[in-house]
Amino acid sequence: MSDLLLDIKGLTKAYPGVVANDDVSFSIQKGEVHALLGENGAGKSTLVKMIYGLVRPDKGDMQLKAATFAPQEPRAARASGVAMVFQHFSLFDALNVAENIALGMENPPKQRELAKRITEVSQAYGLPLDPTRMVGDLSAGERQRVEIIRCLLQDPSLLIMDEPTSVLTPQEVEVLFKTLRKLREEGTSILYISHKLEEIRAICDAATILRRGKVVATSDPKTASARELAELMVGSTLHQPERATQELGDVMLEVNDLSTASASPFGTSLKSINLKVRKGEVLGVGGVAGNGQDELLAALSGESLSSANSVIIDGNPIGNLGPNDRRHIGVLSAPEERLGHAAAPDMSLTENALLTGSKRENLAENGFINWGKTREFAEKIISDFDVRTPGPSHVARSLSGGNLQKFVIGREILQRPEVLVVNQPTWGVDAAAAADIRQALLDLAAAGTALVVISQDLDELMEISTNFAALHHGHLSETRPCKGLTVDEIGLMLGGADAAA
Amino acid sequence: MIHLEKRAEPSKTWTAFTPVLAVILTMIAGGLMFAALGKDPFEALRTIFYDPLFSEQFSAYSRPQLLVKAGPLILIAIGLSLGFRAGIWNIGAEGQYIIGAICGAAVGLALYPSQSWLIYPVMILAGAFGGWAWAMIPAILKTRFNTNEILVSLLLVYVAEQLLASMALSTLRNPEGNGFPGSRNLSQHWATSNPELISGTGMHIGVLFGFIAVIMAYIMLNKHMLGFQIRLTGESPRAAQFAGVNPTRLILICLGTSGALAGLAGLFEVSGPAGQVSIDFNVGYGFTAIIVAFLGRLHPVGILLAGLLMALTYIGGELAQFMLGLPGASIQAFQGMLLFFLLGVDVLTNFRIRIGHGGKK
Repeated sequence: MSDLLLDIKGLTKAYPGVVANDDVSFSIQKGEVHALLGENGAGKSTLVKMIYGLVRPDKGDMQLKAATFAPQEPRAARASGVAMVFQHFSLFDALNVAENIALGMENPPKQRELAKRITEVSQAYGLPLDPTRMVGDLSAGERQRVEIIRCLLQDPSLLIMDEPTSVLTPQEVEVLFKTLRKLREEGTSILYISHKLEEIRAICDAATILRRGKVVATSDPKTASARELAELMVGSTLHQPERATQELGDVMLEVNDLSTASASPFGTSLKSINLKVRKGEVLGVGGVAGNGQDELLAALSGESLSSANSVIIDGNPIGNLGPNDRRHIGVLSAPEERLGHAAAPDMSLTENALLTGSKRENLAENGFINWGKTREFAEKIISDFDVRTPGPSHVARSLSGGNLQKFVIGREILQRPEVLVVNQPTWGVDAAAAADIRQALLDLAAAGTALVVISQDLDELMEISTNFAALHHGHLSETRPCKGLTVDEIGLMLGGADAAA
Repeated sequence: MIHLEKRAEPSKTWTAFTPVLAVILTMIAGGLMFAALGKDPFEALRTIFYDPLFSEQFSAYSRPQLLVKAGPLILIAIGLSLGFRAGIWNIGAEGQYIIGAICGAAVGLALYPSQSWLIYPVMILAGAFGGWAWAMIPAILKTRFNTNEILVSLLLVYVAEQLLASMALSTLRNPEGNGFPGSRNLSQHWATSNPELISGTGMHIGVLFGFIAVIMAYIMLNKHMLGFQIRLTGESPRAAQFAGVNPTRLILICLGTSGALAGLAGLFEVSGPAGQVSIDFNVGYGFTAIIVAFLGRLHPVGILLAGLLMALTYIGGELAQFMLGLPGASIQAFQGMLLFFLLGVDVLTNFRIRIGHGGKK
């Protein structure tokens, strides 16, 4: 075929203990938006890292524009016209947009010229961006634009985008899709990595589906249903979480006029947050990344303290109590960052079970740890939540993201919380595991626990929440029942406008 | 081409084996250095590692020295290792050691010439208190004003040395010493001395304390919540905060404990092997203990072994200096190699070495 851009044949890459990519072959046409679909750990990242020259394959060939393509490093890949927008941005908060872009260039032009080109490109592709603004002041969506423009300035023939919409509001997603469609018209190919099936159906022309490192199917996302794609990706039939309709109990958690200053200069301060959660209720807190989610979790878990009356549990003021005192009365939490916050990477699962479980599970007497009992607790988490690991003596970082997430959430659920606060409970977790986690959260609510679920996945929030509120620049919107909320209303709430107005 | 590949988990075999490998590499590199200096490398290594313990000529003198030197190193290093595990860097154990010695000795000298058996226990308490108090200076500055404990504790060593000089020359000077600097000899007065418990072994109360500290530290790190919190803070400060660890309390405990143990080591030294408060009775145990702590991988049993090994290189090094005429600097370089190789081969616990192309094509 003459309009073939990238042809991949038999790529294989093995890491100790796991074959990340096993004989992967697929091809991308010129001017095509090609989706790379797969669960976490399916090998998507390894595959694109090989295309971008970050990782070298053990076996296999790549051909770009009918010439052998074996980039030794990202610079070589860029020179051949391959650009990549990463999921995690590599930008310096304290520099402005143009300075950040210049840092990634081989021969950066003068600042003024560069600023002019940035403005040109941003206008041409409908990505409004002021080159003189500080990156620290930009929203996540705007930061992504910086990364995209950095790539477009190289005039790439293939643009790789790793989960680009995970940080965007629905409105921002629309803007991004317009840009991508324009690029496609101009003949640029896009390799689009995601596990959000509706998006893929909306924008992609072809989809390659990976499972456990192998290509399991190539499909046309326009004709296949989201359910079919999901089942190809997971390899089994999906279980939809069920919610028992029930009466809500008394107010369990009450937050009154809670304000905290952020610890880091580029963090978000919480500004007079008010919320109420009843027994059996799931309050979904939406918001684009970096709008105060971490700070809200810290204020509820006890990692950051406030005045006693700003957090009230079952009528008792606890705003000034630390994490362990709160655990004692049943306020448990699971932060977003699994490694290094919810769990210590180089400690065993048994030790990580002790990390939050010591109080409620009575794992220590007079300060002396009962390791036998702790190990049993860890084993129970592993078996009840289907955590795939050879055993509790293995270190947390040896687990895949999804499995560790199941462990971290399971650890809190098994402690019978009165109030459970979770941030991004299914972030980076495969579809089957995500469904299990959501079901476990719903079961907990059915048993009378008050839940606060902070998430950037709106589908997830709509699926499990009773009520919904949005965080924007540290403000929490009014709480509204999920039933009857439209996507537009949610978008406005996420954008800071009060939907009730 | 050689390249490193990160292991999924730290290798347990290599964790245990790297110190042995480091010692072997040190012997090879050290041997080459001694050969370059024109000495027989095998003889030099034998003089350093074998003769102090087994040679008929020297062992009667040098064998007890092993415990005399290892005792304070182990005692101080155990205290330091707790803080190091939690990412709290007390570099000023030498100062805490000096102040402990001054405080303990001052009690003994103040009560001189009483013969009460109570004096020595009170001296022990005073020694521990002195070291603790000196360590509280960086601790409180850190918790209150967020100062860097590395700098504060290190600079306080030089303050302590000046204080020591002043004490030896005036306040604690022996009134019957004919104007010579230095205090009365504590080890020659029954009530204030730290004698050998078993004659000819070098075993004194301080060595006993060192062994007890090893056992206590082992129990605490492995069985107690405080030890867990220390390890957790070192591994992942944010996870520790999430687990409800109070960082201020941890800083006070870690710096306090290491200060108290260093102070004890100073007291045992000044009332035993050194005998008196003199301008230069301290010989750098507080700094060497940092090396011992790392050589022992911050593990109590490892520190016990590392303390003994380090003491051996000191004694053997001295022996090699006057027997073979090796320069003192070469002995220090030799000890430096040990730490260098240990840290160097450390990479094997977390990485595996692959030889050949990076799996291309």
